[in-house]
Amino acid sequence: MTTISRRGRTGRRLRVALAVVVSAVVLFPLYWMVVVAFSTRSELLGGEFRLWPQTLTLQNFRRVFDSYPVLTWFGNSVAIAVVVALISVAASLLGGYAFALLRFRGANTLFLVTLSTLMIPVQVIMVPLFGLVTDLKIYGSYWAVILPTAASAFGVFLARQFIIGIPRELVESARIDGAGHLRVFRSIVLPLCRPLIAVLFFMSLLQTWNDFAWPLIALKQNELFTLPIGLLYLQGQFGSDYGGTMAFALLNVTPMVVLFLVFQRYFVQGFARTGIR
Amino acid sequence: MTLAPPTPGTDRAARPRRGPRGRAGEGAAGYAFLTPILVLLGVFVFVPLAGAVVISLQRTNGFGDGTFIGLDNYGRLFTDPVFWRSALNTTLFTIIVTPLSMALGLGAAVLLNSVLPARGVFRSILIVPMAISGVATALIGVLAFDENSGIVDKLLRAVGLPAISWQSDGTAAFVSVVLVTLWWRVGFNMLIYLAGLQGISPAIYEAAKLDGASGWQRFRYMTVPMVGPSSFFLLIMNVIYSFQVFDIVFVLTGGGPQNATSVLVTYAYDTGFEVRDQGYASAIGVVLLVLMLGFTAVQWRISRTRDLVE
Repeated sequence: MTTISRRGRTGRRLRVALAVVVSAVVLFPLYWMVVVAFSTRSELLGGEFRLWPQTLTLQNFRRVFDSYPVLTWFGNSVAIAVVVALISVAASLLGGYAFALLRFRGANTLFLVTLSTLMIPVQVIMVPLFGLVTDLKIYGSYWAVILPTAASAFGVFLARQFIIGIPRELVESARIDGAGHLRVFRSIVLPLCRPLIAVLFFMSLLQTWNDFAWPLIALKQNELFTLPIGLLYLQGQFGSDYGGTMAFALLNVTPMVVLFLVFQRYFVQGFARTGIR
Repeated sequence: MTLAPPTPGTDRAARPRRGPRGRAGEGAAGYAFLTPILVLLGVFVFVPLAGAVVISLQRTNGFGDGTFIGLDNYGRLFTDPVFWRSALNTTLFTIIVTPLSMALGLGAAVLLNSVLPARGVFRSILIVPMAISGVATALIGVLAFDENSGIVDKLLRAVGLPAISWQSDGTAAFVSVVLVTLWWRVGFNMLIYLAGLQGISPAIYEAAKLDGASGWQRFRYMTVPMVGPSSFFLLIMNVIYSFQVFDIVFVLTGGGPQNATSVLVTYAYDTGFEVRDQGYASAIGVVLLVLMLGFTAVQWRISRTRDLVE
């Protein structure tokens, strides 16, 4: 009996130790980003290895804010991410409802076609897409980023998985009571979909906030940049000024990390309830 | 439910409508509900995709109209060493990153699903990289693997190991791309596996323990098969991601040194938007897509036959 409990205790210590080591490995690059962002230039150029800075400074942030329209870029990122998330959530919910609850000819094929778009990297279609947004006369506006980003096959997939889990009788009985599909969608499915909506909205927000490849093409003018594009642009100008680059990277990263940590519980639950396991 | 009970009058009017027209109504509703997503995907994915296939058959320069040259762009691929290098790197990257991030993700999920103090904190820490943009991740990588001032080499030297030429040595550069990717992606794999593990009842583990199954046996013969659906989902997602890897390579190494880390997507981007050879870039893209379709089809087949066997 005692041997088992002792073995259980050392096993537990081992697990804790392992968890600590893994967490340290994951956290260290982020810690280092913060250290560099707040370090003086001379200290960064020094050769010796220090785990923490001697003096903390805001000069990196000041330099970045003085040289670049950081707040404009921040505003662009917020505007684009929010509009994409709204469109994408609406389109995903409607599509998910149709694929989960409605029977119609071609439903399976359309579902597969929708999912297959997951496999198409934007780089494959960039050249004609660039021509298309030029033809639609939206090149050089927010819409050039928003519209091509808003169609989320993964969102439709998640919505379908979630809505399939809603008891069919609820929907059937509302139908027998004479409710149209729009009505069923609005007054029965939507209220039950709150966790799903939270997941879809947050996922879309996160993805668009961090999106890089297409905005890099679609946003040529400096004042329309989103944060990741601005970050790369700034790195190109600053060269190996890691202090400035990391100060800006911190501005790019912090809002989403905070949101992510605050909402992660709902995020994880919502994910689990979509039946992906 | 806030639905009003049907009044007798509307009830009679509604009843004959069900039947054939009710089903037709379901079809109409289906298409109506799908309209927004299908319009978006149609206009911004399928139309450009068809465009890419057409352009891949053309010789182009700049953004004017090209001239049709048949399959010449595809023929050029065969004798292009950078294309072969990029195709090889894409495949290698997929073959290395997919199983590694799944194994590490499953390991972390099992660890953080066991009895552990502050389990929630550890979980939060491990998924934080998911929230960080690819560009920021890659720039942290640039900072870490800098040959003159990088923290990784400083750490290696601090413990008495030789520094590594992360930027000038091709293999080391490839390894740095893989390491940064794993840091970024393992959290997602862990998250999906955690969701899968939570569906398994602890009681069956207790039963197996009483029957004398070792920890490894329980993992190998119970956990692994029971998270099978998660594994299949992650396999597909990781392969799709790996084939499309862009931000990390583009920012961390730019495909260098000497194309040692170039992948098909970065090569297509460079060809289309730096060299401005759009026809050839589209051909690279189409080949990438065909490769991916093949890979995914094989995965489907394997998983289906496995379902039949087990």
